[in-house]
Amino acid sequence: MTLRVAGLRSDLFGPVDLDLAPGEAVALLGPSGSGKTRILRAIADLDPVEGKVSLDGRDRLTRPGPDWRRQVRYLASDAGWWDERVAGHFRDPGRAAGAARSLGLPDDCMGRPVTQLSTGQLQRLALLRAIEDRPRVLLLDEPTAALDDEAIGRVEALLRGLLADGAALLLVTHSLAQADRLADRRLHLRDGRLAGAPADRAPGR
Amino acid sequence: MSYIQLSLWDLAAASLFVLLNGILSLCLSLGIARQLLVAATRMVVQLAIVGAALSFLFATVSLPWTLAWAAAMVAIAGREIAVRPDRRLSGWWGYGLGTAGMAMSAGSLTLVALLGSLQPDPWYDPRYAIPLFGMILGNTMTGVSLAIDTLTSAVLSDRRAIEARIALGADRMAALRPVLQTAVRRGLTPMINAMAVTGLVSLPGMMTGQILAGVPPGEAVRYQLLIMFLIAGATGLGVLLSVLACAWRLTDARHRLRCDRLAL
Repeated sequence: MTLRVAGLRSDLFGPVDLDLAPGEAVALLGPSGSGKTRILRAIADLDPVEGKVSLDGRDRLTRPGPDWRRQVRYLASDAGWWDERVAGHFRDPGRAAGAARSLGLPDDCMGRPVTQLSTGQLQRLALLRAIEDRPRVLLLDEPTAALDDEAIGRVEALLRGLLADGAALLLVTHSLAQADRLADRRLHLRDGRLAGAPADRAPGR
Repeated sequence: MSYIQLSLWDLAAASLFVLLNGILSLCLSLGIARQLLVAATRMVVQLAIVGAALSFLFATVSLPWTLAWAAAMVAIAGREIAVRPDRRLSGWWGYGLGTAGMAMSAGSLTLVALLGSLQPDPWYDPRYAIPLFGMILGNTMTGVSLAIDTLTSAVLSDRRAIEARIALGADRMAALRPVLQTAVRRGLTPMINAMAVTGLVSLPGMMTGQILAGVPPGEAVRYQLLIMFLIAGATGLGVLLSVLACAWRLTDARHRLRCDRLAL
């Protein structure tokens, strides 16, 4: 399986070319406003853009948008909530509660109203919600921005597990240290264009 | 039918009360004397024109003229719908969507009433068709206008939640369901409230008119019920049609949310 992005562009960024293999993690770095979020959204087919995006060589336009997004999952940095209770956002709240514990969340968080949880707690829950149905490509927009060091460690451990299971990861982060810890490659975005060759390989993950 | 005719002097006497309001405003420096005068003058001029036009329409009983009058009513009501929301669909959609939904539902319900319950001869007799269409259209306009306004503002305020569902693989109807429900409910509320209190707080305008014109109250009530049922049906249909069409326009074939289709 390979996610292949070719000539992706809008009036705000691009053209962007990018390949992502199973189990591979790529960090997308760049100053605020350089278009990182735009690129993730475009790959998930959330905004109209030009260019080709395919999975396993199959163009995304050959399948309906919702099908594509079940495979290629975008997680916003401030993801929204539609149900009053946390549990209402999960297919299997019982199983999700176990995963929530391993991220350092309180035992009863599934039964709590969304408005009672902190930004950092919601950020971890949004990540759990995004990976619940095991999408094959994860496009994460600053998934640990609101977290303390301990929680960051737990989230990164979870992501390493997903990578080991064959998920591909495109990660927007402002932390070079996080990019070093998680990513096989780094890409730098300047004025909507990518720089950073595959040679720019970070040591291990 | 027996009714008491009004002379111009009767009207002039009644209009003294508006003048009195104006004088009151000047004395208390409320600053609304001018607005009051403009509004009262507009009302007199508009009604005089409408009266003259209706006299012509009723005398000629022609299908083209009746349709032209109805089309003018739709155009004015459509403008009312288009200017109400804070954020509306850009381009012709902002005007056309609500107008089409409203015209289709009010038009078809009026046709049903004319051909089914009332059966005037000819069926398009403007003495029946125009007031009937006007009442149905006016109420549908209120509902459609509220519903579209609610939908566009709810989509903007709940945008993150809607996009979260879309990103998780929901199709557009599933992602928009909560805001669609809110919009439809909001659009139907005035009509439901109107039905619930009809006759208790104030007598409905049409029924009052018929009673003043000498129609027995029992008959007037029947007419009023017919109208209320038609209004309820047309409002429900119009709100549903325009909310669905608006949701359709705010998303695309890839099931993406397209807030960029709202005018700034």
